[in-house]
Amino acid sequence: MLEGSQSHAQLTAWLEQGRVLFLLIHLLGVAGFAYIVARRLIPLFRAERDLRFDQPLARLHKALKFWLGQWKHPRYPTAGTLHILFFAGFILLAMRAFTVLIVGVSPAFVMPGLSGEAGRVYEVITDYAATVVFFCMVIAIVRRLVFKPARYEVPAKFGKAHKADAVFLLALIAILMVADSLFEAAKAAGQAQAGQPVAFAAVLSLPWLLTIALTSTSLPTIGGFYFAGYLLHEVTFYFLLCYRPFGIQFHVETSLFNVYFGRLNKGTLKPVKWGVRDEQLDQVKSFGVKTFEDFTWKHMLDFYSCADCGRCSDNCPANAVGRPLSPRFLTIKARDYAFQHYPMFGKPGNGQALIGSIYSEDEIWSCTTCGACEEECPLLVEYIDKIVDLRRGMVDDGNVPQSLQKPLKALESRGNPYGKMEKKKADWANGKEFQQVCRVKTLDHKNGADTLYFVDSITAYDDRMQSIGRATAKILDHLGENFGILGAAEKDSGHEVRRFGEETLFMALRDHNTEAIQASGVTRIVTADPHAYNALKHDYRDMPPVEHISQVLAREVKSGKLKFNPVENDGKVYTYHDPCYLGRHNQIYDDPRAVLDSIPGLKRVEMKRSRDRSFCCGGGGLMLFYEPKEEQRIGVKRVQMAADAGANVIVTACPFCMVNIEDAIKVAGLEGKMTAIDLAELADQQIALLALKADGVPEIQQECVTRR
Amino acid sequence: MEILVCIRRVPDTSENEITLNADRTDIEREELVYSINEPDNYAVEEALQIVARCGGNVTVVTVGGEDDEEVLRREMAMGANHGVLLSDDVFGGSDGRGLATILKTFVRKGNYDLILTGVQAEDGGAQVGGMLAAMLDYPFASLVNSIEVGQGKKLKISREIEGGNKEISEIDLPCVLSIQTGINEPRYVGMRGIRAVASVPVPIYGAADLALDPGSVGATAARVKRVDYFLPTLGGGAEMLTGSREENAERVLELVAAKGGLK
Repeated sequence: MLEGSQSHAQLTAWLEQGRVLFLLIHLLGVAGFAYIVARRLIPLFRAERDLRFDQPLARLHKALKFWLGQWKHPRYPTAGTLHILFFAGFILLAMRAFTVLIVGVSPAFVMPGLSGEAGRVYEVITDYAATVVFFCMVIAIVRRLVFKPARYEVPAKFGKAHKADAVFLLALIAILMVADSLFEAAKAAGQAQAGQPVAFAAVLSLPWLLTIALTSTSLPTIGGFYFAGYLLHEVTFYFLLCYRPFGIQFHVETSLFNVYFGRLNKGTLKPVKWGVRDEQLDQVKSFGVKTFEDFTWKHMLDFYSCADCGRCSDNCPANAVGRPLSPRFLTIKARDYAFQHYPMFGKPGNGQALIGSIYSEDEIWSCTTCGACEEECPLLVEYIDKIVDLRRGMVDDGNVPQSLQKPLKALESRGNPYGKMEKKKADWANGKEFQQVCRVKTLDHKNGADTLYFVDSITAYDDRMQSIGRATAKILDHLGENFGILGAAEKDSGHEVRRFGEETLFMALRDHNTEAIQASGVTRIVTADPHAYNALKHDYRDMPPVEHISQVLAREVKSGKLKFNPVENDGKVYTYHDPCYLGRHNQIYDDPRAVLDSIPGLKRVEMKRSRDRSFCCGGGGLMLFYEPKEEQRIGVKRVQMAADAGANVIVTACPFCMVNIEDAIKVAGLEGKMTAIDLAELADQQIALLALKADGVPEIQQECVTRR
Repeated sequence: MEILVCIRRVPDTSENEITLNADRTDIEREELVYSINEPDNYAVEEALQIVARCGGNVTVVTVGGEDDEEVLRREMAMGANHGVLLSDDVFGGSDGRGLATILKTFVRKGNYDLILTGVQAEDGGAQVGGMLAAMLDYPFASLVNSIEVGQGKKLKISREIEGGNKEISEIDLPCVLSIQTGINEPRYVGMRGIRAVASVPVPIYGAADLALDPGSVGATAARVKRVDYFLPTLGGGAEMLTGSREENAERVLELVAAKGGLK
């Protein structure tokens, strides 16, 4: 027994002797990390304001769900599972890592609450955690080196591959796990050799394997491994700590903050400047982001937090068709800029224009603001606000493509991008044939209504889309709604105007419409245009409740007020395309599907990319006027996805989707094989009048029976 | 370089449906929206770019009423340093020569090295630039689609000739150039820019300020008078092809070949 404790003392003597060295490494490591982080924070203090300190409970919920709960990760099953495993490992190992570090300075230290049995259980858990993390790292390295998932590739125009750095960082973590396990194993092996009882429960764990390997070695050798394990752990730990802020693993430190301060409300846009009221905007010298310092601190934190996982660009429709935009590199380029202009030593430089240096104009105009990137990002990095801010900067400098200047000018003078006369805004409802079926009143001081049907420019003026307007009006009429339209008094909702960075013009349109809507005295608004819906819901203030027609339809189907005729069974297979501003930005996924599924005999399939992974049609509003450089139309890709799903009718619920999809059907050569229809048009077509007969059997059902 | 750009406010052809008034003396102006004459916008952009390279000032000037101040403000929002409105009751009804006369007296008041106009007004006849140059006895070049500031008091300019070729000329300053669209990509001006220059004063000069003989301008002096407007009579209509895409394509080929379009 005496011999045993002597040899144990031998084994741990280095802990006492090396105390000064370990303390030095601790201090160096912590001081180095503190210095690096302080330098990294400099641009954040020079950045624009961003009010993100509100609603702590909602933010905490966000942190629990997306950070601790790793909510987004399962969307990519392989990488996601690996990440969840080693994230859980890190969380479990955090306390152990601290304990080990302190032991170097104070050998007898035991984390409070982890003495005795609890400590033993924790040890078993951490042994397995370290093992899992180690193997996850090995798999991750193999994935990077052998399987090479396409989304990690770096196109030549965006610089060098990031693979070496990624593998290096993964390897360091694997080494850290080995070092930790070696330290643990050497201690256990030493105790075993000294004849002390060793309770080693973590069978098949990395420390367990190492213990077995070490038990047959001599005590001094074990002592050597013990020391080496400790030193390797400490050095690797601090090296990682100080190296991570230089690359893709900085998110280990920043992710919790990035998620906590993430955007809370979908569908919204950041104001031009946080804390500046609309009336004061004329005094603001410069709009939008022109230099790096014009970004908000949160947006800079986004740049630091990006893990370079490529999920955003993997889902970006603009990137998919070869437009010059990749959300991933929007971030990486900004981070590289920050690292270069805010170096570790010396004076930070600033003030360089971003457009023309790291970003190109086409790159920034290429975004459809579909939100697929943001939906995917596990770290909740924001893109739309940055794109819009960069556009605001370009608009402020007069830097707007000629193809967009015409519609913007027309919006200014006529209130619609086509430059059509205001008095023709209600023409869609004034056809003789249509008026015999349905009369749409224009609201003024004489004609009031409960419900406003907000039509918006494209549905009012585009020959094809007017049919959506008529279908919507007929549905509302059929439901017995007391509704009307603003007619000439309705200007474009300005949704895309705002998203294309023309805030002042947007405010003029919004103010005009707000006044017209409030003067009309309506108590609710219905629209069939998701862009108008999003604008009225999120960009306007003091509006009565707004609904999209699909919500109205779904509610009335559920209440039983609305029944549909069966569709003719002629081999039609329907698929529903989620418009971005109905789906991702407003989470209306189920209502349109419920409406479709309530149509008897309708066969519906889902596309691979649907609901929150829906693939944009190519963009609405002003995007229809912009001519991006691309290899293929976004819509063509979407139509092919529908064909792959086995569908031959694409149902959508947005006039802009209709433009793009109908065009794409022609471009893809699928004319005659594929058609597109708006949900409102389909519903209107299938509406069965529930004229109840005396016996209570709906007339229409009888008709169907006789027909069969 | 001191540059003067003569601009004009016209009904925006892309945002209006042009109809004639009841007695066919004018187009119906009730619901028209107006904007800067498009070629003039290119002229201002070109002036701004020259000034950005070589220094100097850009002044925009128009002849008209108080409504026309709007286009001066728009071009000032683009970056023009000064805007001047030439307005007087006696200017009303001036023909191209009258406008050139008014502008000539304004040019004489200042010290401009270069005078630009758009190639033509969308509601005009491309007259003013040439006449203004003649009245000032300045060299004139029309349809200019590039300007290079050379050594000394010379410009190298070009215009497009048949087949997309360029003809390069040298011209002495001061001179008058009429600018073709496509010479540059004019910058965007939104409401925000216009609001920012809303309080910049725009001087208004009348005939007296310009020491102009009222008899030399206006309706009485006009030697070209508008006598009528009419809408072209509807033709016989086009032949509509109603077959399948392939049939139509073949028929189009036949038709084009029959008319000698294909050899």
